Amino acid sequence: MSANQNIGSLSGRSKIVSNKKMTFAERIYLPAIFGGFRITISHFFKKKATIQYPEETRPIAEIYRGKHVLKRDDEGRERCTACGLCALACPAEAITMIAAERKEDEMNLYREEKYASVYEIDMLRCIFCGLCEEACPKEAIFLTNVTVPSDLHRSDFIYGKDVLVEPVDKRVDISHRQTPEVLAFKKDKNQSHNV
Amino acid sequence: MDGNYILYKLILASVILLISLVVAMYSTLLERKVAGFMQDRLGPNRAGIGGIFQPLADGLKLFFKEEFMPGTADKFLYILGPSLTMMIALLTSAVIPWGNSFIINGTEYTLQVADINVGVLYVFAILSIGVYGIMIGGWASNNKYALIGAVRAASQMISYELAMSMSIITIVMMSGTLSLKDIVDQQHGMNWNVWYQPLGFLIFIVCAFAECNRSPFDLPECETELIGGYHTEYSSMKLGFYLFAEYINMFISSAMIATLFFGGYNFPFMDSLNLSHNALTIIGSLVFFAKIAFFVFFFMWVRWTLPRFRYDQLMRLGWKSLLPLAIINILITGFVIMIKNHL
Ligand code: SF4
Ligand code: SF4
Repeated sequence: MSANQNIGSLSGRSKIVSNKKMTFAERIYLPAIFGGFRITISHFFKKKATIQYPEETRPIAEIYRGKHVLKRDDEGRERCTACGLCALACPAEAITMIAAERKEDEMNLYREEKYASVYEIDMLRCIFCGLCEEACPKEAIFLTNVTVPSDLHRSDFIYGKDVLVEPVDKRVDISHRQTPEVLAFKKDKNQSHNV
Repeated sequence: MDGNYILYKLILASVILLISLVVAMYSTLLERKVAGFMQDRLGPNRAGIGGIFQPLADGLKLFFKEEFMPGTADKFLYILGPSLTMMIALLTSAVIPWGNSFIINGTEYTLQVADINVGVLYVFAILSIGVYGIMIGGWASNNKYALIGAVRAASQMISYELAMSMSIITIVMMSGTLSLKDIVDQQHGMNWNVWYQPLGFLIFIVCAFAECNRSPFDLPECETELIGGYHTEYSSMKLGFYLFAEYINMFISSAMIATLFFGGYNFPFMDSLNLSHNALTIIGSLVFFAKIAFFVFFFMWVRWTLPRFRYDQLMRLGWKSLLPLAIINILITGFVIMIKNHL
């Protein structure tokens, strides 16, 4: 017995090719054909896998990583301080921003002294990895379980602050992604991301 | 032959034409539905309730598509191809007995456009010119894929015609007539030919698939190697005619199978129902259409079950299996008839 006969294939699914003569039943095809009929007709009556889209949507998880939201704090001020860490973390280089200094009369609009006057995410570049959310030190950006809708022009996929910042009167619930455990993990000084 | 009679035949022919077209139209929907269901999908269901208007939408779309004709194509033949295919597909319906007859005021009106005494021969004749539509279309479009498809179609149809005719000869031998109506009438009640000729039926149905260019014998148009085969260069409603003719052929083939082997408009216990002649005719026609519907479904069932044959396998099956089997079948039938006559 040669050595390689003892070694099974890595996947365990390889089959030795057999060139045996077909039996009479195999040669007239009919038994195999009726076997096929049985299989297809059984599928005919099976439950269908189709999801009828506009009326019916595929259930998505609460922690799904979809369209981003720029959060406000409890007093309605934008949390983002335009530090650029999210843009740095982004593997797809989807985020661009322009920083500006907060004026005296803008105290109620921005939480930090520096804020993003322009903040854009190119939804065609974004791979929805969530690294921006992980990188943000101000808990300002989160991904939500809303999918980005289709559009006709490439330029329409560059979402600015008008789309991304949550409205004051319609706050976006991100408690599913920002659980106390996640928060504790983010603040954990022993983790490499905080060293 | 009075005017009344001619009027009646005209109306009957138009009705049958209409029925064939509508059935073919809805076969396209049925095909897509069956395909969907067998693949655990739903199939088209957006146009109207359950997709009931889908064939209309498809037809409309085909009409509005750009008419494209290759510059090097032979104009006359290019247009003749699909027209011929469509016409030939519709011709066979003339001799099929769609039902028994109505007796109104003492006159008998048969539900058959032409009860010619060589009905079976007529069907064969039409079948054998059926290949011209495809051949002309494939040749005229001046495209190698179309030509290969057409040549394949021609050799395939001619090969399978032989075995098909031989399998029907046994029916003719048993019934002693070439008239389709007489053949049907002899299968009264449950006395169907399929009980006496199971082998003949098997050969016939396999050949019917090959004649209709349906899978598993759809080599003339196999998308994967020939990009659609003989209708590669066709667009718009000319393509629609080719595709449509396939469904009409399927409908007519199913009707032929039901007529020759499954008793046509006969159904079990038809004598014990104590119904009037006209009522029986109506039920008989409905039964006939139910049988046709089953075979149309069967055509689709086969299509979504079996993979396509290779060309050499196709030829081997036709010449080396079906033809000898058909000849043996003839011999056995003749032998049995001879013994019966001497008893
Ligand atoms: S989700 Fe990932 S790819 Fe998208 S913007 Fe954030 S970091 Fe970039
Ligand atoms: S979203 Fe967060 S990480 Fe990005 S610039 Fe604003 S504060 Fe910095």
